[in-house]
Amino acid sequence: MRTLRLLLEKEFRQIFRDKGLLPIIFVMPMMQLLIMPLAANFDVKNINLAVVDRDHSTYTQQMVSRIASSGYFHVTGYYTDYTPARQQIEREKADIILEIPAHFEVDLVKENKASVYVAADAINGTKAGLGSAYLNTILTDFNNEIRMKWLPDAAPRPGTIDVTFSNWFNPNMNYRLYMVPGILVLLVTMVGGFIAALNIVKEKEIGTIEQINVTPVKKWQFILGKLIPFWVIGMVDFTLGLLLARFVYGIIPLGSLLLLYGFLAVYLVALLGFGLLISTYSDNQLQAMFVAFFFIMIFMLMSGLFVSVDNMPKWAKMIANLTPVTHFIDVMRMVVLKGSRFADIKMQFLYELAFAVVLNGWAIWNYRKTA
Amino acid sequence: MNNKAITCKDLTKRFRDFFAVNHISFEVEQGEIFGFLGANGAGKTTAMRMLCGLSYPTSGEATVAGFNVFKQQEEIKKNIGYMSQKFSLYESLTVRENIRFYGGVYGLSDKQLKEKGDELIEKLGMQQEAKMMVGSLPLGWKQKLAFSVAIIHQPRIVFLDEPTGGVDPVTRRQFWDLIYDAAERGITVFVTTHYMDEAEYCNRISIMVDGRIDALDTPANLRQQFGATSMNEVFYALARSAKRSAD
Repeated sequence: MRTLRLLLEKEFRQIFRDKGLLPIIFVMPMMQLLIMPLAANFDVKNINLAVVDRDHSTYTQQMVSRIASSGYFHVTGYYTDYTPARQQIEREKADIILEIPAHFEVDLVKENKASVYVAADAINGTKAGLGSAYLNTILTDFNNEIRMKWLPDAAPRPGTIDVTFSNWFNPNMNYRLYMVPGILVLLVTMVGGFIAALNIVKEKEIGTIEQINVTPVKKWQFILGKLIPFWVIGMVDFTLGLLLARFVYGIIPLGSLLLLYGFLAVYLVALLGFGLLISTYSDNQLQAMFVAFFFIMIFMLMSGLFVSVDNMPKWAKMIANLTPVTHFIDVMRMVVLKGSRFADIKMQFLYELAFAVVLNGWAIWNYRKTA
Repeated sequence: MNNKAITCKDLTKRFRDFFAVNHISFEVEQGEIFGFLGANGAGKTTAMRMLCGLSYPTSGEATVAGFNVFKQQEEIKKNIGYMSQKFSLYESLTVRENIRFYGGVYGLSDKQLKEKGDELIEKLGMQQEAKMMVGSLPLGWKQKLAFSVAIIHQPRIVFLDEPTGGVDPVTRRQFWDLIYDAAERGITVFVTTHYMDEAEYCNRISIMVDGRIDALDTPANLRQQFGATSMNEVFYALARSAKRSAD
């Protein structure tokens, strides 16, 4: 116990004296939590629309002004021909072309049927998909209005299905509510993962680990002496993040804080075990940095923060399930937004527990006092 | 139970088909200053790492402080001090904090740490620097401090791997005063060096060439044996026969 206390004392002194490390641990994540949710916006606005109007009628005028006033589209130009509109897309000045054929109004009035043509630049898939969908909705609305005007009240109206939505747990579809808890998980992961991976390798690099290896310090003492300080830092970072979420974004966890911290406690052990494992296989900080970066990149992309895990193909889902971050982001969203209880997150908890045991076991096994 | 500090018989370390240490045998008496010489790449550090329990030998037998280097590495570690080629105190801790950490790890009580620490700081004349970060000290001071910390728990044997590399002659002289002092208190000193004047200070020396020990005796006997006037000549005579290229 005394040895462990000495190790902790030494580790905390070193951390708090490292003027370069402190801002990385405490200031940088909080800055990111302030900035990133503002930028990570999934709403698609400012879609540039090029209109090819071959009809020039009252209806086309009405239709275009309806689109322009929706707030999602920005009409960049009116053309009478397709070619200049296409050039606009090629120059990245427009995202979507709306082509209205000649005789649109005549067809609509006489034949009771008219069509328009929409072409989207799918280089930005989200913009193209959502933009076309918005455009479709606006045109359908417009269509319904015209029909209402024309059909006499007494006449039988064709049956339509009205769909009404209600968004549970996030009624206003506020994306920040959804992103902030996830981003907080990422930040804790980055800080914890990197400093744990780099710290032991640093001792290897400067040679102090050899001095430790030649003392009677036990393996478990040395590893705990490394784990505990970073575990505490992870807890502090998470707490700062929760406070920031509360006071800046007004996000108050619906579920139990105890449950959140309980899960975090296990998650941090798993994460630090991962950092430790990397450090036992690396000879210098550069190597450890690259390896840690590679894995944390995978963790981030597969975590379900940006892309829903449910939509992934089966093999990708398996990878996602094998990354500790995925489960924690899941649990954060469930507990913070939905108020889930332990029974709801049992599976994730078991996954995390398994990661903690396997990663740390592996790291301890691979760390040798005698080579 | 033997009273030898170190015994070594056919100790070997092989990396694939390369014999870093090739069947070396020797004994070191308790309280002796034993010089371990050899060119770069001759296998000195590898041999020393095996004796300290940092590396598993491939074959042979050896005991350090009476403990087996194959099985009782952790017992050995309680009874030795070690100072590596690389400076290995913590640079972002003060002189006092380093003493406290390393002394404490060897099981010294707070009271002992205070006494030993005071004594050590006074002996090195570092009262002014006790609260300074070790990283800001000049190299010679660092090396003297590292040595003093390595023997703070009064080990039976201290292993020194080129402790005076890059240190000025005056400080080297002071360093050897510290070594003599430790030997007088009964600590066996096992030291590697490239300075032949330092070799003369040892009770006995061994010279390694290509993983083998080619000569082992007192400095005076070795000079006589090789018909040389100085240890320098003895060393040249042996090292010239080396096949391995120095690193």
